[in-house]
Amino acid sequence: MAVSERRIILKHIDEEGYSNDYACYVKHGGYEVLKAALKKDPALIREEVKKSGLRGRGGAGFSCGMKWSFIDPKKTEKPIYLICNADESEPGTFKDRQIIHKDPHQLLEGMILACFANNVHLAYIYIRGEFPEGARILERALADARANNLLGKNIQGTGFDVDIFVNRGAGAYICGEETGLIESLEGKRPYPRMKPPYFPAVLGVYMSPTIVNNVETLCNVKHIMEMGGEAYSKLGTPNNTGTRLLCVSGDVNKPGYYEFEVGKLTLGELIHDVCGGVRNGNKIKAIIPGGSSAKVLRADKKYKLKDKEIGIEEIPMDFDSLMAVGTMSGSGGVIVIDETRDIVECLANISSFYAHESCGQCTPCREGSLWMKKILDRMTSGQARPQDTDLLASVADNIAGRTVCPFGEASSWPVQSFVGNFREDFEAKAKA
Amino acid sequence: MSAIKHEMNSFNHDVPADETKLVNVNYNGKWIQVPAGLNVVEVTKRQGDFMPHYCYHPKLSISGNCRMCLFEMGMPKRNPDKSVMMGEDGKPELMWIPKPIIGCATPVSEGMGIRTESPLAKECRKSVMEFLLINHPLDCPICDQAGECKLQEYSSEYGAGESRFVEEKVKKPKNVDLGERIVLDDERCVLCARCIRFSKEMVKDDVLGFVDRGSHSKLAAHPGKRLDNAYSLNTVDICPVGALTSKDFRFKMRVWFLKETNSICTTCGTGCNVVIGERNNVIHRLTPRHNEAVNSMWMCDYGRLNFHYMFLEDRLQLPQVGKGRAKFPADWKAAFQQFGESIAGYKGEQIAMVASARMTNEELYLAKKWADELGVKQIDVVPRKAEGDGFLRSEDANPNSRGASLLGVSQNGSKLKEIVEGVRSGSLKVLIALHEDVCEAGFTEEDLDKLDVLLASGILKNRTTAKADFVFPGCAFAEKRGSMVNVHGRLQRLNRAIQGPGKAMEDWEMLCRLREATSGGNGLHTIEDVFRSMAADVKMFEGLSLSKIGDLGVDLGSESEPPIAG
Repeated sequence: MAVSERRIILKHIDEEGYSNDYACYVKHGGYEVLKAALKKDPALIREEVKKSGLRGRGGAGFSCGMKWSFIDPKKTEKPIYLICNADESEPGTFKDRQIIHKDPHQLLEGMILACFANNVHLAYIYIRGEFPEGARILERALADARANNLLGKNIQGTGFDVDIFVNRGAGAYICGEETGLIESLEGKRPYPRMKPPYFPAVLGVYMSPTIVNNVETLCNVKHIMEMGGEAYSKLGTPNNTGTRLLCVSGDVNKPGYYEFEVGKLTLGELIHDVCGGVRNGNKIKAIIPGGSSAKVLRADKKYKLKDKEIGIEEIPMDFDSLMAVGTMSGSGGVIVIDETRDIVECLANISSFYAHESCGQCTPCREGSLWMKKILDRMTSGQARPQDTDLLASVADNIAGRTVCPFGEASSWPVQSFVGNFREDFEAKAKA
Repeated sequence: MSAIKHEMNSFNHDVPADETKLVNVNYNGKWIQVPAGLNVVEVTKRQGDFMPHYCYHPKLSISGNCRMCLFEMGMPKRNPDKSVMMGEDGKPELMWIPKPIIGCATPVSEGMGIRTESPLAKECRKSVMEFLLINHPLDCPICDQAGECKLQEYSSEYGAGESRFVEEKVKKPKNVDLGERIVLDDERCVLCARCIRFSKEMVKDDVLGFVDRGSHSKLAAHPGKRLDNAYSLNTVDICPVGALTSKDFRFKMRVWFLKETNSICTTCGTGCNVVIGERNNVIHRLTPRHNEAVNSMWMCDYGRLNFHYMFLEDRLQLPQVGKGRAKFPADWKAAFQQFGESIAGYKGEQIAMVASARMTNEELYLAKKWADELGVKQIDVVPRKAEGDGFLRSEDANPNSRGASLLGVSQNGSKLKEIVEGVRSGSLKVLIALHEDVCEAGFTEEDLDKLDVLLASGILKNRTTAKADFVFPGCAFAEKRGSMVNVHGRLQRLNRAIQGPGKAMEDWEMLCRLREATSGGNGLHTIEDVFRSMAADVKMFEGLSLSKIGDLGVDLGSESEPPIAG
């Protein structure tokens, strides 16, 4: 095996005898980073996070330090809130669940650090409704943290008050969109807010400045404080620092979650060396590299990266490279599709998800996502017409970039990229 | 301006704050100046153009959901030192943002660029139209909104000629009984949320919401709740499509057949500005007319539906002369003459007049003139109190109490008791009741029997007309011209939408003719003559005329406050 995992967040996860108990976490050195950091100037923590180059692990890959810097704890009169986005709903993504189930205190430690750094006294973990077990585990972890004065009034004698609460979603993908999440947290329908003006950093939950970070991102805060921002930034590759959890699913022999330094391995290494290759020795037909909304990559196509022409298996798994080849690292969900799959069926499956999950607030996504699903259902049931391929692409074009929230892109990018990359498969449906 | 000037609205996106500074904006290639912060939909409006929209409403919060007002925005390019980069024409160089954004949620700022007619902007509108129509039932032939439907209007303006949709449409509930006065068709709904926002923001009656999601989203009242508030029918007005319809109006008349007349509602002292919709001399609906100084864009359901009485069987249609059941129809000329003769022998002290604060200024002016000519001292109107709601329903249920005071007719009802006593004691022998059923103002039917002569003018049969010797059919508010002064001192104009029934006569004319019959000619032949005469006599109306009042009325100021009743 040419590459090996670099487990930082997953360090103890799945280790023999490691449990999600408070005692176990403490025995493994848990909360020591926090206790040390609580003695420092909060601004220093923000500085370390900035230095680390940490980019958000939820999907957009936005700089965490930058996101935090939008709010100046000294200048706001309203309370600042932190929300941990644990609404992991992107098909193909199952990393946050592992952390929550198997190492919840790691998340709490990261969150308390983030709270202390940003003068947050009240934080929420918004967890998707389909994770009842995760919510239960978090509640227990929170109770233990409170019992040990890691949460509550005057934590660890620092004079700093902070508490964290769990809020369960009711089963809607759109709650993963941060402003939809905020609306839901406020007890409303999770209709994403318009941006501008409702940027969470300015008008977030209860119209107060709010930081929304992914589970994995917040866990990284702990490790940044442990090793120092500078050292963390040396992990991975420039501008793509740290480690990343990758969730591999689909037609590979060993699907699962893995942790690597960002950009230190290629798609090919991931599939062949880590995941044991494609099942039955089949050839790869396509790869969705960052959750189902990321644009699909065609296996037999050449990609251009820094003036070099490379094959799909040579694409490094990092934010910038995947963006350069026209897709995104998104939520880290890598879905491998082999040659035996009907590519139109694959898209029909994805589009059916987005038609079901569109919140219905704004016109293009509401009407377009179901329309695309209906066209695809027809195409996969022997009723394709020659004009359907173009129609499908045109509907997607009319959604992307014209909606309230990025769901418009999430539902149209798969369609645009599947049709763009595999036009002959779609056109063949009309001939069958 | 009047005290309630658009303060009733939570939002006034169309009215920039006073002294808002102007900014330079590149509007479709031309540099123009517009108030800073105005949204782009309003900017286009001020340029005489129109940016289509469904969800945006100037008086409601911005929702941004319909995506019909997408346009291309440009921002000034910046030099390395952050100063604005200037082009050869001395104007900022613009950098166009590739992603279209919505006009309703975009306030203009200095140096901004707006492209509403670029290929991208046009394409956006066309595609939104397509999306809105794919699951729409296209039942225009039986839809009440047809003719004033934004889907229809924008379809012809921005839509495609043919449909690309061959799938089965989404089925949603139809004929939903949303409230006492409103029916919902969910399949027609474009989910703009105007009705939800109106109920929540304007009426604080948060009963509507969306249920289900995606293309299956639909409007519904919360479980156990109904859209029954006193302003519910405004949601029908602001619904851009045929989703919300008025039970009172639906299926009655195609809107393109309606002839529209600007007037005011006379149900209370607010005097909401309305449009009367009429066909073949039948009124089919009243809708609020925009006037920031009075009702903004709203009116109450009660006032809106308060016109059916004009078409009741009980309408007085012919002048009648005679006692009790022996009354017989007369022609106007004979009736006036007979009335003149019948009161010729009475002195002013023997005559009383009960007029109405539902009469127009012109009518009240003539009534007062006439009373003065007859030497009548006992004159008053019947006050009506109602429960105000702090929004548009006034505590004064009379539409023209201010006018009645201003013209010296009203004593706020303080004289009524004296008049009743005068009749009972026999000192008053003649009673002229104008547009009032005096049996609802302290008189009994026995009291009326004591009179030598009772004249009753009005619209509907009542106990007073039954006892009257002279029954003169007058006109309802939509059947005549004239003016009234609302509770805030605004002089407003009524216009005639339909003819009164039978031989009913406009009351100003009736009063002129009555004056002629008792006191001789007075040279007033048109309502303009009457107003001119009134403007000469009454200082408040100096320099005004009916045409000068215009459609939006004139503020008479605080001097029009009624004198405190003595």
